[in-house]
Amino acid sequence: MLQLTRREALGAGAGAFAITAFGLPAMAAAVEDAIKKFTGGAMPAEGGVDLTAPEIAENGNTVPIEVAADGAVAIAVFADGNPAPEVCTFNFGPLAGSSAAATRIRLAKTQNVIAVAKFADGSFKMAKAVVKVTIGGCGG
Amino acid sequence: MAKIKPRVKVPKKAEAGEVITIKALISHPMESGRRKDKKTGKLIPRKIINRFTCDFVGASQSGNVIDVQLEPAISTNPYFQFEAKVPESGEFRFKWVEDGGAVYELAKKIAVG
Repeated sequence: MLQLTRREALGAGAGAFAITAFGLPAMAAAVEDAIKKFTGGAMPAEGGVDLTAPEIAENGNTVPIEVAADGAVAIAVFADGNPAPEVCTFNFGPLAGSSAAATRIRLAKTQNVIAVAKFADGSFKMAKAVVKVTIGGCGG
Repeated sequence: MAKIKPRVKVPKKAEAGEVITIKALISHPMESGRRKDKKTGKLIPRKIINRFTCDFVGASQSGNVIDVQLEPAISTNPYFQFEAKVPESGEFRFKWVEDGGAVYELAKKIAVG
């Protein structure tokens, strides 16, 4: 049986408040961490990557996106408002016709979709797009 | 559970060195591990395709085309479209790896000339 004293109840309430208040920056940090993990510590500069995503997605369960970056050896896709920021990583092999790919992704809510491209010389570039989501796609 | 069935679209013929577009789809629920069972209220365990690869195998030349790492944020029935170079006649081999190690494979022949 769970017995809560007034003090404990207040403490729990304050904790919940702190989570709501700091939830957003924490998530942005999660996506930054994920990007840094991919790049090896640096935040890439914007530009040099094409990211095609719809401005408004009615259904967050399946949002079509396209990424392309000339000369990239790998492109990673992140979504900063999802429970886990990683979406997928494309590694292009020697017989890839171009450094471009299209897929469909899940977005929990309106958020930024970020594509980070890794080039053969070890440099990184990124592109960002805001997608407005009407119905979220994480089973909620 | 719906049957897991891979499908790919590869042209039957190409010129040597031509760049072709490949579309690959596998019917798979991509259970994210965050959904709850409505009856029991328990989380449904994660079961997704976590890797997709496409390789070309020819008589003298073989190589990887694309290798994708998938996370739960990829939609149900994961779909990919990408481009591949065709150096000679041979086949494209596709492989999907599911959480737990199950592998689904498919191969498509392509003729040059």
